[in-house]
Amino acid sequence: MTISRETVINLALALLLLAIPYAAIQLGNPFYVTLATRMAILGLAAVGLNIALGLGGLVSFGHAAFFGVGGYVAGILASHAMSMQPFNFGLFTLSGSNQMPVIWLVALVAGGLLAAAIGAISLRTSGVYFIMITLAFAQMTYYFAISWPAYGGEDGLSILIRNQFPGVNTMVPLNYFLICYAVLIAAILVSMLIRDSRFGAALQASRQNEVRVASVGIAPFRIRLAAFVISGMMTALAGALYADLNRFVSPSMLSWHMSGEFIVLIILGGVGRLYGPVAGAMLFVMFEFLLGGMTERWQFFLGLVLLGVVLFARGGLIGLLAGRARHG
Amino acid sequence: MKKLIAASIAALAMGVSGIASAEPIKIGMITTLSGGGAGLGIDARDGFMLALKNAGDAAAEIEVVTEDDGQKPELAVQIADKMIQSDQVDILTGIIWSNLAMAVVPSAVAQGKFYLSVNAGPSPLAGALCNENYFNVAYQNDNFHEAMGQYASENYEKTFIMAPNYPAGTDALTGFKRFYGDDVAGEIYTQVGQTDYAAEIAQIRASGADSLFIFLPGGMGIAFMKQYAQSGVDIPVIGPGFSFSQDVLPAIGEAALGVKNSSSWAKDLDNEASKKFVETFQAEYNRLPSIYAAQAYDTANLIVSAAGKASVKDAEAFRAALKEADFDSVRGKFSFNTNNHPIQDIYVTEVVDEGGVLTNHIIATAFTDHKDAYAEQCQMQ
Amino acid sequence: MQTALFIEQILNGLQLGVMLFLMAAGLTLIFGVMGLINLAHGSLYMVGAFACAAVAAATGSFWLGLAASLAAAAAAGAIMEILVIRRLYERDHLDQVLATFALILIFSEGTRWLFGSFPLYLDIPKLLQGTVPIPGGSRYQLYRLAIIGVGVAVAVGLFLLISKTRLGMRIRAGESDREMIGALGVDIRTLYTVVFALGAALAGLAGAMVGALQSVQVGMGEPVLILAFVVIVIGGIGSIKGALVGALLVGLVDTMGRFLLPQLFGMLMPPSQAGLVGGALASMLIYIVMAFVLAMRPQGLFPAAKG
Repeated sequence: MTISRETVINLALALLLLAIPYAAIQLGNPFYVTLATRMAILGLAAVGLNIALGLGGLVSFGHAAFFGVGGYVAGILASHAMSMQPFNFGLFTLSGSNQMPVIWLVALVAGGLLAAAIGAISLRTSGVYFIMITLAFAQMTYYFAISWPAYGGEDGLSILIRNQFPGVNTMVPLNYFLICYAVLIAAILVSMLIRDSRFGAALQASRQNEVRVASVGIAPFRIRLAAFVISGMMTALAGALYADLNRFVSPSMLSWHMSGEFIVLIILGGVGRLYGPVAGAMLFVMFEFLLGGMTERWQFFLGLVLLGVVLFARGGLIGLLAGRARHG
Repeated sequence: MKKLIAASIAALAMGVSGIASAEPIKIGMITTLSGGGAGLGIDARDGFMLALKNAGDAAAEIEVVTEDDGQKPELAVQIADKMIQSDQVDILTGIIWSNLAMAVVPSAVAQGKFYLSVNAGPSPLAGALCNENYFNVAYQNDNFHEAMGQYASENYEKTFIMAPNYPAGTDALTGFKRFYGDDVAGEIYTQVGQTDYAAEIAQIRASGADSLFIFLPGGMGIAFMKQYAQSGVDIPVIGPGFSFSQDVLPAIGEAALGVKNSSSWAKDLDNEASKKFVETFQAEYNRLPSIYAAQAYDTANLIVSAAGKASVKDAEAFRAALKEADFDSVRGKFSFNTNNHPIQDIYVTEVVDEGGVLTNHIIATAFTDHKDAYAEQCQMQ
Repeated sequence: MQTALFIEQILNGLQLGVMLFLMAAGLTLIFGVMGLINLAHGSLYMVGAFACAAVAAATGSFWLGLAASLAAAAAAGAIMEILVIRRLYERDHLDQVLATFALILIFSEGTRWLFGSFPLYLDIPKLLQGTVPIPGGSRYQLYRLAIIGVGVAVAVGLFLLISKTRLGMRIRAGESDREMIGALGVDIRTLYTVVFALGAALAGLAGAMVGALQSVQVGMGEPVLILAFVVIVIGGIGSIKGALVGALLVGLVDTMGRFLLPQLFGMLMPPSQAGLVGGALASMLIYIVMAFVLAMRPQGLFPAAKG
């Protein structure tokens, strides 16, 4: 396989993201480490969404639901570990945890289960119906989180001390960045494997021609559901990391603006590109930080830029740098 | 951004030249300056700055970095991180909303910074999560509701109570019932951000209550009061001061006239500090100050008083100086309880029309030297 | 007293439903004719409310404000269509979602720029203040009855427009075959702009009427937009009849849920607990109804001819 221009750009992006925190520390501005961590986590959430949206053509406008569920898993497990109160399920009890690997596992499972439930109903529909239904389901989880008082409701839930990772002091910003970065790279590798697998081929084929896929004996519904579940799991994992970054979870993680932001990240970077979500997240966070520092009206200009990208620069950043996407 | 860079250069320069005489204090103010709740944050900021200005030379070494949190918890956390890591502030303050305070305060005080609250007083921070570096100069969230519960128990037989379905809402109704008792005419939890109250008003009409206690902050209260006035139901309304403070009264309009509410301060409170505060605030900003401005004014004066006694770098001495609360409060008496929350009087006020401007006048005292209900849960010594 | 309360709650549900219909009708019309999903429909609702409040404050007349809201929303809609939306008809839904999401940001922040962060004041017109007696011995707010009346009138008007007029004929033709009406010599570009402006005007009207009842502020359109989505998904996207049935269903289910669920739970647990649990469930009720309808009929109650 020859090395394409896109591969070079991908590599450069990955290295650039890795370089930001080191440069920040050299320049004596440690806060940029936090920004880079934010880029990595939002990128991870969008990599998850990209499996459904980019490969499967499933425009989910409700991925904030999975993001928020991941966040709440981290918050709830940590708060139970903190207060030493086990979960009481009547027949048996489970203790909380402040270990990231445990939290991540639970977040993956919870995100997957929710995605399976939402997907099972939503994937019966397609097109605009699908967009609106995923949006509505995310709103449902949002209202549930607001009105359920046990874990803080609208006030949200604080994680007093960042959860732990064996052998690493996670309170050091650079350490936490490296954890998030590693998870992001792993997720990109997974999504590359999926793209190049038979499952991925069937998924992409079902996006382009449902009838043809069905006629060779593959059920598009099941393939899409599987993709949707994997996608939801990754976004939930990102949510758990995001909660630990902020040491705080609240229903705003579930709001529909969040779902919109994930789509924006993918479009900014370039739809269907492996590193599109990462490029989008880096651009978005930088944009938010720089513009936000200059004017309180930054959302107005963000809107203009977005509109410009959709109307005139459909390939996003990577499209701009690497030329037209392969159509396959 | 520019301001930040300049500030960090200044900090650097001081570090190099080693000026040690009058210890400078750097305060990070995180508050809401944009979005729906901006009015409260702007008042708090202005009150705070006014106090520093009035203090003159005593506040010369105090530097304030202000940033807008947009009423978003995740943004507030980010700003707090930046202020602690990059700006290296000594004290954080300014947060208006309880959910933002819950996101910022525990980790800030865990990193050894002081946090002084100008408004929010969520119950966990007064009880189980209290911290020696956290001082609340405003109130514990339940206080104003408790005062109305006390007032209602003296004046009414059947009160109908209503609040949004979120922690501050449940705390409000719990606080009310702590002094009123459980025998209410009805109890409704509404949706957060709800804008149409027709269904609730119908239930209030049918309940046969003789008074209505509401806690609906911000836009919710404005929408409710307008619809309530139109509905033809004439049961008197009472509520905590937040729903009828100076910032929302113009938007509610005449519908608010005569409403009894509770507050730790009103502009007709008779003491020198309060008179000076109202006078200079009006001169400086050309509007009437709200309770949020008053509390922030007190907060800044508390910092100035402590700075005169100890260096902020000597955490223990500075903490002791804060705890003395040796400043002229616009609320008259003011001292800290064991959990660093206020011991203060709480008044019943009434909305009146003062020459075309709606404002609150004190009509009674609900509590004298009131303490919050969570101090016993605080393990701090 | 209980019957009176019940009647009052049904009227409240109808009023909410009628208001949702005004929003949903525009959304579903635009989708039916142009195949476009418009997230910025809630912004047009906000434009209507702000135009009404600003003109009413300047002139002192609510009625002039109401006229201004129709004009402003229709104009904003037409401009939006010509500058942006027109380029999106041939694009996929993803691009439409994103471009209209960008429009929301622009409209919200732009409105805040013009009018500031504080809510505007808009009062109910003198003529419609006060209450009227209703069966069962209670009283009901006149203005809310007027909203129900306007909603019914708009529904009837829309049915007449679509079934009886030339414009309606073209709209129907556009829904069933887009290429065909171009061939028939209808100026399709103008038709699209007119349909879009019509939908926008309905949203603006809803915004102005509700603005007087609640408060006029930035972001007021977003919760309504999402409810309107639920309505058209339940009713079947592209169907005006579906929008009407869906809107009334959502309005009644939401209002009655908020009213009855806490009482229902009150039989099982102490009242303060019941209020919390009932309130939480009531806030999710319409989404549960939506999931249920879709599980039975994935294309909604009244599926349009094509999706």
